[in-house]
Amino acid sequence: MDYFIELFFGGLTRGSIYALIALGYTMVYGIIGLINFAHGEIYMIGAFTSFIVATVLSIYGFPVLAIVVIAGLAAAVWSASYGFTIEKLAYRPLRKAPRLAPLISAIGMSIFLQNYVLLAQTSDFLPFPALIPEFAFMEPVAHIVGSSDLVILVTTALVMIGLTFLIKFTKIGKAMRATAQDKTMAVLVGINVDRVISATFIIGSALAAIGGLLIASHIGQINFYIGFIAGIKAFTAAVLGGIGSIPGAVLGSLVLGLTESFATGYVSSDYEDVFAFSLLVLILIFKPSGLLGKAETKKV
Amino acid sequence: MSEAILKVSGLTKNFGGIKAIDNVDLDIRPGEIVALIGPNGAGKTTFFNCLTGIYTPSAGDIRLCNPKSGLKTKLNGMKPNKITEKGMARTFQNIRLFPTMSVLENVMIGRHCRTKAFILGAIFRNPATRREEEEIIEMSYDILKKIGLHKEVNEEARNLSYGAQRRLEIGRALATEPFLLLLDEPAAGMNPKETEALVRLIRQICSEGHSILLIEHDMKLVMSLSDRIFVMDYGKKIAQGTPEEVRSNPAVIKAYLGEEVDA
Amino acid sequence: MFPLKELKRSALIALWFAFLTFPIMVIKVDPIERTVEWRWDNMFFIALGSFVISILSKVYLIRKERRAGRKKGNRSITEPFMQRILREPRFLYPLSLAVLVFALSFPYLFSTYQTNIMTTALMYVVLGLGLNIVVGVAGLLDLGYVAFYAVGAYSYALLNMHFNMGFWAVLPIGGLFAAFLGILLGFPVLRLRGDYLAIVTLGFGEIIRLILENWNDFSQGPSGIANIARPGFFGMDMSFAGGITYIYYLVVGLVIVTIFVVNRLQNSRLGRAWLALREDEIACQAMGIDKTKTKLVAFSLGAFWAGLVGVIFAAKTTFVNPASFTFLESAIILSIVVLGGMGSIVGVIFGALILILMPEYLRALSEYRMLAFGGILVVMMVFRPEGLISNVRRSYQFKKQSSGQASDRS
Ligand SMILES: Nc1ncnc2c1ncn2[C@@H]1O[C@H](COP(=O)(O)OP(=O)(O)OP(=O)(O)O)[C@@H](O)[C@H]1O
Ligand SMILES: [Mg+2]
Repeated sequence: MDYFIELFFGGLTRGSIYALIALGYTMVYGIIGLINFAHGEIYMIGAFTSFIVATVLSIYGFPVLAIVVIAGLAAAVWSASYGFTIEKLAYRPLRKAPRLAPLISAIGMSIFLQNYVLLAQTSDFLPFPALIPEFAFMEPVAHIVGSSDLVILVTTALVMIGLTFLIKFTKIGKAMRATAQDKTMAVLVGINVDRVISATFIIGSALAAIGGLLIASHIGQINFYIGFIAGIKAFTAAVLGGIGSIPGAVLGSLVLGLTESFATGYVSSDYEDVFAFSLLVLILIFKPSGLLGKAETKKV
Repeated sequence: MSEAILKVSGLTKNFGGIKAIDNVDLDIRPGEIVALIGPNGAGKTTFFNCLTGIYTPSAGDIRLCNPKSGLKTKLNGMKPNKITEKGMARTFQNIRLFPTMSVLENVMIGRHCRTKAFILGAIFRNPATRREEEEIIEMSYDILKKIGLHKEVNEEARNLSYGAQRRLEIGRALATEPFLLLLDEPAAGMNPKETEALVRLIRQICSEGHSILLIEHDMKLVMSLSDRIFVMDYGKKIAQGTPEEVRSNPAVIKAYLGEEVDA
Repeated sequence: MFPLKELKRSALIALWFAFLTFPIMVIKVDPIERTVEWRWDNMFFIALGSFVISILSKVYLIRKERRAGRKKGNRSITEPFMQRILREPRFLYPLSLAVLVFALSFPYLFSTYQTNIMTTALMYVVLGLGLNIVVGVAGLLDLGYVAFYAVGAYSYALLNMHFNMGFWAVLPIGGLFAAFLGILLGFPVLRLRGDYLAIVTLGFGEIIRLILENWNDFSQGPSGIANIARPGFFGMDMSFAGGITYIYYLVVGLVIVTIFVVNRLQNSRLGRAWLALREDEIACQAMGIDKTKTKLVAFSLGAFWAGLVGVIFAAKTTFVNPASFTFLESAIILSIVVLGGMGSIVGVIFGALILILMPEYLRALSEYRMLAFGGILVVMMVFRPEGLISNVRRSYQFKKQSSGQASDRS
């Protein structure tokens, strides 16, 4: 039973991280219909930025709490800046191009960013400083649920609540929903669509960065390649939930996280990624609109 | 009176809650020009999409009868390309040519379903394939002459004028050898001179043995061209009959409230 | 002249990039030794570089706009030089002959080492041409192309290891096997919309690689299969250099066959249907083209070529392991197609030669190779989506008046 609970929480933790990344995919897809292939790299850059900042600060002897806050902020700011810049450089000029053009551009951007980090930093795995302390009150259950699991779950929940508020009640959130529904109408009622798209990239990237920081401190190491697999999985989660739907992304992420956790726990860990990819292929074939997504009828 | 080549009964199409088409009956007899009219959003294009297999109807029955062979087919649930093979071809309201292919190639695509050459034929170019290819080119050129585009053979389709693109769509559909041709607003965006030429072209096509079902907002064109008219509003058929009957039908006048229905 | 406003804008852009790249380009930490290295010079180069690039791209855009404005009047006169050469048989034929003579004498003019590199480049030409059918002509973005390449390579490796089958016997088997897998995968996934198709093929490619990596009993896992037999030539034993020359000619032959076949396919009923499908699927179906079947043929033909090259790859290196078949390999082949010009045979040949040979000869650059691949994809999409050489459409000539006497030239 303990093993089951351990796997369950492991799955939730995984799922939370996927959710933080999947939201970026789903929001961007909802608004401009693009699979932002470089989104996984944004997450990787978030992890790297927080790694660099945290290590520097710890070398200069900053207290842990300050390190966590500053590293988290830095990761969010820089990832958001990358997201913003990538959209301007690689996607905006292609808004009227055939559908595959921005996707190819996004793939190019992803490869570029991976190798940019590889060349500027290193190809080795880097040890990530332990930012999350072991809480004393978690002691009795520590063999099943670690402190970092708890922190990840709580942080993700808080972020989700914040995001829901942002989208439901703020001006930019309303503009985002309007743009996602009908871009032409949004322009007609005076919404600056360019700004909405930029905002979407900024928010999505910042969320991915938080995911990057959390997973890096949870697993304890990073390298330039972590964005590729995480990106694909988060995308799988977004599609599973119904791409374009924000609750769908969260639900899909949790389902994927739990599936992976149980499959690796009870079946075999060798094929962890095969499970994820197979799940992706199967969903796209049998239910391309996902769990909560709406089926799309093309108007002719 | 000869048997209908197209018989639609009880056709219904729902989009979520909206009934875009609601229990519509329609029939077309050989050699007829039939018009389908109605205000914007009445469901005319959706009706075409259901006939041609691009949408699956929610309910109803669509039957096609080839006037030459007498072969009857039920079209519900068939793929669009199969329906075209059966002898019904269409044009699109928002032009859907192959923009970067040449004018001739656009028409040649229409020949696809009447020809056979495949991988091996393409690679080895055996005599049969070569003959077939020559026939495709010849026939496509003849169609271009008919629609008056034979001077623009190698021009990319996207470079044509609006009116010429509409005619090219008709030519491309003709290349599939349909006995029934569906035209979705063929005169939209044309100037009066082009419209006149179009009317002549449609008459000529009809006289060559193709029946025609057309959607059009240009009432003058509709009244002068059609043998019979069906009127739709909010997805329902509200009237049918000869141009005279439809013109004086109170329901039609009400549906078009504000728009003139005079020829 | 260049307006001051633009200079200011470029300066701001430079500043932005200096900020953007600051943590990753400037700071390098060593978490073990606990030391920090501040590389401020990098920041300077980034700022300078982005300033210059920003100005250059602005200049390019201004000139492009001017050209577009001028072009409206006389479209046909400004046909690019390359296209004219490709269109005119009197230029094209001698040129092809010269290239052929050069290709055939290559092993005599250059060292074994050079020949080996050239063989690799030519293999990528074939891979590029194969993927070109799928992506360039039919418009299906296949990101798992490398899976079919892997299937070819492992077919030969395994059949050779277990049944001692020879190269020539496996060559067609490898191709057909890959094509068959293409059909098997294509059936369910080709219904998907373009961008979903891209992701599914990517997933499929990764699944194949992960299986090869983990299923030790079948594929010997990450350590791979070694000592694969080189191709024989009527049972003759060949020296090492002789073997390389032999494979070189084999690949040259394959390139020629591929060019011939792809060219014929493109100018056929099937090729037209592919192009039309790329431009408008719905219109295509309404014109009576069977969408699924036509796509499936393109997909499996592309796979067939990847399978063939896979067999040759295994024979050439005498060793295969899963590491040769990562997603990056697919991305490289895609870059070849995109750089060369989607749908253009000559373009793909140029693309492969540039992308494969350049890093080989500019060793200093090889570290930046993947960076360049990524950059090329983005830059090409933004500035020149048609690639280096845009596809030449066939044009048709008709004699006046007589419709029966149609003649055409490609
Ligand atoms: N794919 C679709 N999904 C949802 N609603 C649709 C779809 N296609 C059409 N509709 C709706 O069906 C109704 C009928 O549309 P349709 O295009 O058939 O009208 P129409 O008679 O052709 O109008 P027009 O004269 O303007 O072309 C409209 O309300 C339209 O919004
Ligand atoms: Mg309509």
